[in-house]
Amino acid sequence: MSHRYKAVALISGGLDSMLAAKIIQDQGIYVEGLNFFTGFCVEGHTHAIRQRNQKKPKRNNALWVAEQLGIKLHILDVIEEYKSVVLNPKYGYGANLNPCLDCKIFMVGKARQWMEENDFDFIITGEVIGQRPKSQRKDTMPLIARDSGANDLLLRPLSAKLLPPTKPEREGWVDRNKLYGFCGRNRKPQMELAKAFGLTDYAQPAGGCCFLTDENYARKLADLWQTRGQRDYALDDIMLLKVGRHIRPKPEFKLIVAREEGESRFLSGYKNRFVSLYPISHPGPMTLVDGHLTDEGLILAARIVARYSQGRDADRVEIKAISSEGECCLCVAPLKPHEIPAEWLL
Amino acid sequence: MRCSPQTPRDSGGVAAVKRKVIDARGLLCPLPVIRLQEATKRLAAGTEVELIGTDPGVLYDVPAWCRVHGHPVLQTWQDNGQYHVLLAIRT
Ligand code: SF4
Repeated sequence: MSHRYKAVALISGGLDSMLAAKIIQDQGIYVEGLNFFTGFCVEGHTHAIRQRNQKKPKRNNALWVAEQLGIKLHILDVIEEYKSVVLNPKYGYGANLNPCLDCKIFMVGKARQWMEENDFDFIITGEVIGQRPKSQRKDTMPLIARDSGANDLLLRPLSAKLLPPTKPEREGWVDRNKLYGFCGRNRKPQMELAKAFGLTDYAQPAGGCCFLTDENYARKLADLWQTRGQRDYALDDIMLLKVGRHIRPKPEFKLIVAREEGESRFLSGYKNRFVSLYPISHPGPMTLVDGHLTDEGLILAARIVARYSQGRDADRVEIKAISSEGECCLCVAPLKPHEIPAEWLL
Repeated sequence: MRCSPQTPRDSGGVAAVKRKVIDARGLLCPLPVIRLQEATKRLAAGTEVELIGTDPGVLYDVPAWCRVHGHPVLQTWQDNGQYHVLLAIRT
């Protein structure tokens, strides 16, 4: 009986990785998928936070892709290990704090480890030459293969014809003639291939697959490192950066002000670990204080919260402050818009 | 009547089904799925698993993960802001 080769596919939830897996599956190869949870993923948890997203379907795209392809998907928690990628990327950052090249090397490296532990034969990714300026170039493709240790067991079905044949092609495990030579940022060839496969519903990620490519998010992360005096983070830190308005009126503290009800609910989950403020005389947002508050700082914080409440035009707004040491009420005048300098807003 | 969590179902003289509860409250998706995935590696076929979460995504992602891995979902329900998925580890 002939051996059925097994490939592990990196599945992001987007179209390219879906197509890559489908191309290989259609050659009779058994495929399973891997998806990585770094804590910065745009997918998933953000559904739970923003009220305004409630009408959108809450699907996890990677799981959805796996279901469409009929393959198993393993979601790996890499939060801790991924820190070294974000904090000390050997190849540096992209436009923001996205260490895309190091990230690819890390993920392919994890896939190699998984492949060895689970007795699979090779790895596939949806990378396309020239699609991303930093991490998906012709010269970075061999670098990813080398630094991840995957070497010639890493096959990119969408751009394979533009790259030297890998072991699965040389050995005839897959037919190189049935692979593709896509390159560049034009998405049309992928969309046509999707159509040929009968795939009509797929995610179209704008920009990148994680928050590290987002300029606002990267600014808040850089602020966190700078004000703490060290480049490090915990999962809660990076989750909180995705939520609310972040306002730093003093170097020693910042406010995280919910923008809507869903965010207020989410921030409430953290109120035992931070000083929390909310208006009681008027409807208004839940706010957390991250850092150290003096009495003067508390009044300033309360005035900012009042500014974002429905009492913003009132003379006075009552604010309740709760901390692990107790609670108090403050009656403050809301700050006027011009009293909140743009540089406070992160 | 619904069995309470951790109450093995009495199947009328047949060996009772073991139930494992996974508390994923406070975790945002996909962490509940990851917890379930880790737990299932150590569970025998036929074991019932009840996952409890507070992220509404649990009601979508956990059944999707179960479909992908072939574990039948027996029931899903919601009470007091908590989301429950009851599944059986496939034999
Ligand atoms: S966008 Fe984020 S997840 Fe995607 S390669 Fe870059 S750093 Fe990695």
